[in-house]
Amino acid sequence: MANTYTLIEAKSLTSTTASITFSSIPQTYTDLLIKYSGRTSRSDGTADSVDVSFNSSTSNFSGRILYGSGSSVGTSTTSRWLGSENSGASTASTFANVEAYIPNYTGSTYKSVSVDAVTENNGTEAYSYLGAVLWSNTSAITSITLTPAIGSFVQYSTFYLYGIKNS
Amino acid sequence: MSETLTKLVVNCATGEEQIVPLTAEEIAQREADAAAFAERKAQEEAETAAKAEAKASALAKLAALGLTAEEIAAL
Repeated sequence: MANTYTLIEAKSLTSTTASITFSSIPQTYTDLLIKYSGRTSRSDGTADSVDVSFNSSTSNFSGRILYGSGSSVGTSTTSRWLGSENSGASTASTFANVEAYIPNYTGSTYKSVSVDAVTENNGTEAYSYLGAVLWSNTSAITSITLTPAIGSFVQYSTFYLYGIKNS
Repeated sequence: MSETLTKLVVNCATGEEQIVPLTAEEIAQREADAAAFAERKAQEEAETAAKAEAKASALAKLAALGLTAEEIAAL
């Protein structure tokens, strides 16, 4: 069980940005944890999806999502999903929350990621998601890029990257 | 004139931050991701609508059998 958390980087956006990349990630931890609170500029919906790439690669990803809205449940097949965000049509000034855990990111096995996320649109819906993503690549993860599928991250979206050691 | 899309790059080794324009490849990938998301969302919405329709149909059939609303809710 991991028992040490070290904040590697924290960033709160000061302007709208299409994507954020954490590069030159130290290879000295056991696992990585990403926490972010975001909202995107997508104007025609209440939520936006966020896609991940590792080491600038968008290939060999696969995944599944379980979700519930409070009134319905469902599943989806995905590839690079790493959370969902509130967007322009959702309640003003509300941000989604996402947590993604990446164990053994420096190892030579395929990289698995577990994700949980919540988006909110007051009075009408509040989605909760659980996701599993696999990057079928044996390279160590040295950079992580998060990109909304439709909009861009807006000001005050906040991102934290933690390194975790198992001793 | 279209807006230039930018990306924030945070170097975890140095703490240096750079704002750089997306490359043509990154913009193409973003467009592909948007299309994939729209397809996935449409599928989710279709499944949700189908489930709601099936539920309404089942409730109507139970009511037609003579069950009260309280009895149906107790199932």
